[in-house]
Formats: sequence, C-alpha cells, structure tokens
Amino acid sequence: MSKIVKCQCGHDNPFGIVLCERCGRPMTEEAKNSDVVDMRYEGSARRSQTYKRSIIDKIWNFFSSVKIGVSIIVAVLATSAIGTLFPQKFYVPVREEDMLDYYERLYGFIGTLYYKLGFYDMYNSWWFKILIGMLGTSIIIASVDRVIPLYKSLKKQRTKRHTSFMKRQRVYGLGPSENPDLALTNAAEKLKEMKYNVKTEDGAILAEKGRFSRWGPYVNHTGLIIFLFGILLRGIPGFYVDETMWIREGELRSIPGAPEFYLKSKDFSIEYYTKEEADEVFGAALDRVGTIVKNYQTDVTLYKKKENLLPGSTDMDLVKDYSIIVNKPLKFEGYSIFQMDYRLNELKSMTMQLVEKKTGKSFGEFTIDLDDPKGVYELNDGAQVNLIGYYADYAGVENGEPVSKSPIPNNPAFIFDMKTPDKPKGEKSFVAIRQTLETEENVYAVKFVSADTRDISGLTIRKDKTLYILLLGGLIFMIGVCQGSFWNHRRIWVQKGEGEELLVAAHTNKNWFTLKKELDEVKDFAKLPSYEDRRDNESIEQEEGEK
Amino acid sequence: MSKAKKKQSRLIFRSVVLLLLAAAIIFSIVSKDKVKVLAVGDKAPDFELVDIDGNKHRLSDYKGKGVFLNFWGTWCPPCKREMPDMEEQYKAFKDKGVHVLSVNSGESNLKVETFRDQYGLSFPIVIDKTKDIRELYNIQPLPTTFLIDKDGRIQKIIITEMTRDEIISYMESIQP
Repeated sequence: MSKIVKCQCGHDNPFGIVLCERCGRPMTEEAKNSDVVDMRYEGSARRSQTYKRSIIDKIWNFFSSVKIGVSIIVAVLATSAIGTLFPQKFYVPVREEDMLDYYERLYGFIGTLYYKLGFYDMYNSWWFKILIGMLGTSIIIASVDRVIPLYKSLKKQRTKRHTSFMKRQRVYGLGPSENPDLALTNAAEKLKEMKYNVKTEDGAILAEKGRFSRWGPYVNHTGLIIFLFGILLRGIPGFYVDETMWIREGELRSIPGAPEFYLKSKDFSIEYYTKEEADEVFGAALDRVGTIVKNYQTDVTLYKKKENLLPGSTDMDLVKDYSIIVNKPLKFEGYSIFQMDYRLNELKSMTMQLVEKKTGKSFGEFTIDLDDPKGVYELNDGAQVNLIGYYADYAGVENGEPVSKSPIPNNPAFIFDMKTPDKPKGEKSFVAIRQTLETEENVYAVKFVSADTRDISGLTIRKDKTLYILLLGGLIFMIGVCQGSFWNHRRIWVQKGEGEELLVAAHTNKNWFTLKKELDEVKDFAKLPSYEDRRDNESIEQEEGEK
Repeated sequence: MSKAKKKQSRLIFRSVVLLLLAAAIIFSIVSKDKVKVLAVGDKAPDFELVDIDGNKHRLSDYKGKGVFLNFWGTWCPPCKREMPDMEEQYKAFKDKGVHVLSVNSGESNLKVETFRDQYGLSFPIVIDKTKDIRELYNIQPLPTTFLIDKDGRIQKIIITEMTRDEIISYMESIQP
C-alpha cells in the first residue's frame, strides 16, 4: 500500500514527494533545509519509489535508476570499443576451429584472451545482447517512471504557490510595491506580449512558455526504442537478409537468402578508361596509375521456380535479364543484388590433342569441360581418349590415389586411357599441369593445346524490411533532441505577499540568461521588485571582486 | 480506485512490461540472423533431385521410413572414408525401413559416377547442381548427415565423420 503524504494545503501527495504537487511547499527535510530546491521532475515522486516493495517492484526500481542506466551505457560503450581492437570473426579468413590459433598467432596472449572471452564475435554474443536489452529496458522504465509524474505535476500545478516554494527558487525576489495590483496587471500584459501563457489566480500570476520542451528526452527515448525494436525484427526470418555469393560465368545457382530464386551469370566484364575518351578528366591520373576501372558488370538472368514445386526441381520461369553494375543492383521482391567483387580467369575448359610421340602425328583435338567432363572423347582414325580420372584441384597422391582438395579447377589433373588402332587395349597416362606420368613408356601422349577461362562475380544479396522502422526511430530521436535543445521551459511566478509586498520567482530547465533577460523586461515594465540569481557564479564572482 | 486495487494493477503492469522486455532479449539471443536454420525436431523440408541415371528422388518418397540423408563431395576425405561403412549398413538396414539418400554437392556426373563405381555404392546418389538443397539445409562442412525419422522429423544433425559403430547406432535410432 502506498503511503500518503498530506500537505498543509490539504493536498494528498504520493510517497516520495519532494515538493507538494499543488502548492509547492517542500515536503522533505532536505528540501526544507535547502536554499534552492531541485526542480528536476518538479520535485514529484518517481513512480518507482513505492512504499512497500515486491520482487517485481525491486527489479523495476533497479532499471528506473539513472545511475544504473548510465552504468549500462558506459558498459556498452566500453565493450563496443574493445570489440574494435582486433578483427571480428566475420573478417577473419579462417575456419571456426582455427580461430583460436589465428588470434594467438597474430596478437599473442591478448589475442587468446580476446578469443576466450568471446570478444571475437562480440556483437552476436549473448552477453552483449543482454547488455543492449538492459539498456532498452532501462530507457523504457526510467522514462515511464519520470514522464507520468512529471506530466501530472505540471498539469496539476497551481498558479498560486506557497511562499516557501517561491523562496527556494533559484531566481527569487521580494520587495515592496506601490501598487501591487497594477504591477500584477501590467506584468500579465507584458508577459502575454512576450508569448507567455499567463494564468492568474487570487493575486498571483503564473506565466509559462515552452512546456513541450520538457517532453524532448522522452520523445527521444521513444525513437531509440523504435530503433532497437527494428533491430530486433531483423532476427525474424524474412525481415533481413545479408548474404554473399560467388557465381561463375555460365553457372546457374540458387540465391542464398532468397529461396525460390535462381541466378544465372552470363558474363562478367571489367571496362577501363581509355586514354582517348578520358583524357580531359582523367588524363593525368591515367598517366600516373596506369589503368582506371570504368565499370564492373555482371550480366545475369533471374529465374523463379514454378509455384508448388519442390526445392531442387529445375523447372523455373525466367523473371528478367539484367546487368548488375556497381550501385545499380538487381531488384526483385524486396531483394537487391549488388556487384561487390570479382575473380578473373578461372579455368573453364582445356583443349588437348592426342599425338604419336615419335612422329608428332595428331589424331585431333578434344575439349574437356572442367565442370562437366565426359567419359569418352572420340577422335580421328578410330582413336579415342577415355577420361578415367579427373581431379579438379590436384594436391598430390595419397594412399596410391590422386586427390583433389576442392571441386574448383584450380589445378586440374587427368588420367587418360588412350585407345588407338595399334594399341586397342589402351595406354594409361596421368596428366597434370606441366607434368605427365606414365606407368610404362607410352607410344602416344595427350598434349595440352589451350585453355579457356571464365570470370567469377562476387555478389551481395540484401533485403531489409526494417529500414523504414529504423528511419522512423531515427527521425523521432532527432525530433526529441531538437525539442529538448532548441526550446526551453520557462516559468515566472509573481504574487502578492504580506502587506504591499510582491514576490517574484522564475525557473527554466536551461538557458537562464534568456530567462533573466525576459524577466528584466517584465520587471522594468511592471515595476516589480528586483531579484537575485542565487546560482549565478558570474554575479557571485563580481560581488566578491567588488568587495 | 482503492489503494489495494491500484497496487494490484501496478504489479500487473510492471510484470507484463518486464516480461515483454525479457522475452525480447531472449528472442534476440535465440534468433540467428541467418534466414532459417534447421534444428533437431523440425520437419525436414522436402526436395526433389535427379540422380546420375536421370531418376527423380523426393524426400517424401520415403515417408514412413527412416532416412539417412548424407551430404558429401568427392574431394572431401572424411566423406570418402565413411562411404564403405554407409554402403554396408545401407544393405543391412534397407529391409528394416531405413534408407540412405546421399546428396552430392553439385559435381559433374562423370565425377560422381566414377566415385560410385570405385566404391561400389548402391544407394541412390542425387546431385545438387544449383546448390539449392545445400542452402535449404544450411550445410556448412562436408560431410553432414541428417537423421530423419519415419514422421519426417529431424532426429539428429551430424557434422563430423562417422565411424562404423556410429552409423549402425544412428540407423537403429531412426528405424521405424
């Protein structure tokens, strides 16, 4: 049950109140003893400060604390900074198993520590996510706890405040007046002219301006929360895709992250500026660096699998032909495919010929497609070459058997069985680049003639449905910042005191200089008593200097 | 509103907010930024691929049977090492309702055919030419083996080389 704090004016205040919500009397010993009260949150009770606490209330209070919030921000900043010291996992070109070795080799003991503590994949680690989550929680709870009581107390505030409230304002003045009623009327008129919102009550004026600037921080926090929410959505399948793919000329393959879609690369090309066409603009640069790329381009065809077909079936519809160039991605159904990288001249096919070693007589040429080699190549005069072994990425012999270390034709090797009219049983020969092995001395040999190459395009597939949410979050964030920084919440109280006295007090959340300037204008116009700023270091220093 | 009621509604409000925030944090940790990662207990997505002889194979053809789904490539040494044992156990379990379906990672027909003949493999070998199934099943290292039970659910995902004994126990585990 929350305890009620009753004020002398008869208002029931919630537990934890500093200044009475209605009349502004100080309610705590601390406030009563201070010269100038803390006006932050209007001296209202933070909602978390409830009298009796359950476990839920305790957790709530933990996150409501600004100290905790600041500590979380510091922790996020510190860990984020540490995460940039060494490359993250994503940028490390080794496999997961070799990761520890990599960090140890490059960065020594600190690298090992970095890996062991999980900093190598920090932004995906559970503890970093918890930290961000706690930040979000802190922002929400701390805001809710402050904005509601602040709103209520600003709404409830009375025009006439208790003298003890006036006395404890930073800007305060008390003095006799010849005609208090006239002074009040004049002040009200002047304040209205200065675009203040003026309320009068029983010999008291409250002039207020720019209250909405007080909501700036909370608008700003709302923006942040929307932003974090957008990031959270990225975890839901279909909202966010960021994948890369390598595709060879002539290859048809499924697009990672975009199920149902297939891409075929028809051609990759690089163009360079020629001296003639670019002389005027790039002439000097061309002389200096040699070549400058004009265009990277991949010509592709996009296919979509026919509806209701299973993955793997190759029955598909052509969607469109497109030329992807830098900054002109292929776009379809929310996806964008960007030109990012390339590799030139990977072996595609090799042309060989069968010759008689002694005479050099050729039986003709044949071409092996390194992606799809055939078993038998028929040649002239009844000769044929059987391909009985093909090793795309030959890496030596293990257990008497040639091995390929990958399916990519980086270093192709072949075992041929050469059948010729005079050797119908065939002769076997192992052929690799710059290397031929024979079990016995052969009469015939397969000789390399030429090779065809192809290029590989490195593409990036992106889809981000959260982009507009992030944009909205950022926009609201910015509105909140502007609201809180370019406007100030100013209040001026003028009221009659005992006898012919007038009391003046003023408060602003920032920019006291302008407040005082405006107050001076009102003072001169309406002949109000002079005031002093009890926190103004400059005037204090001046006074001390004068002494 | 009475004070007791007020207190109760405050407790409910705070509990709900804290619970939602905790759920959001847990969600962010559990969810991967990957499109969809298959896990044990998920339904194995159906697919259709063509084998070296031109026959179509669907995963759903084996409904009611356990499926030993093996992803491999001819260049990968552990894939080669486990092939003879797989072949042996394929024969032993074929009539007990466990099938082997092996998916080659987009190599040429000749290469796969040579490999099959060299190891004398009799189970169906399909070729994932467009690497579609590789994306679908999110295959990283080779070999990777999915154990799929008779209801089409993934029982286990093995991303290492398997010994003969392991293969036997895995096959037994998905026997209907």
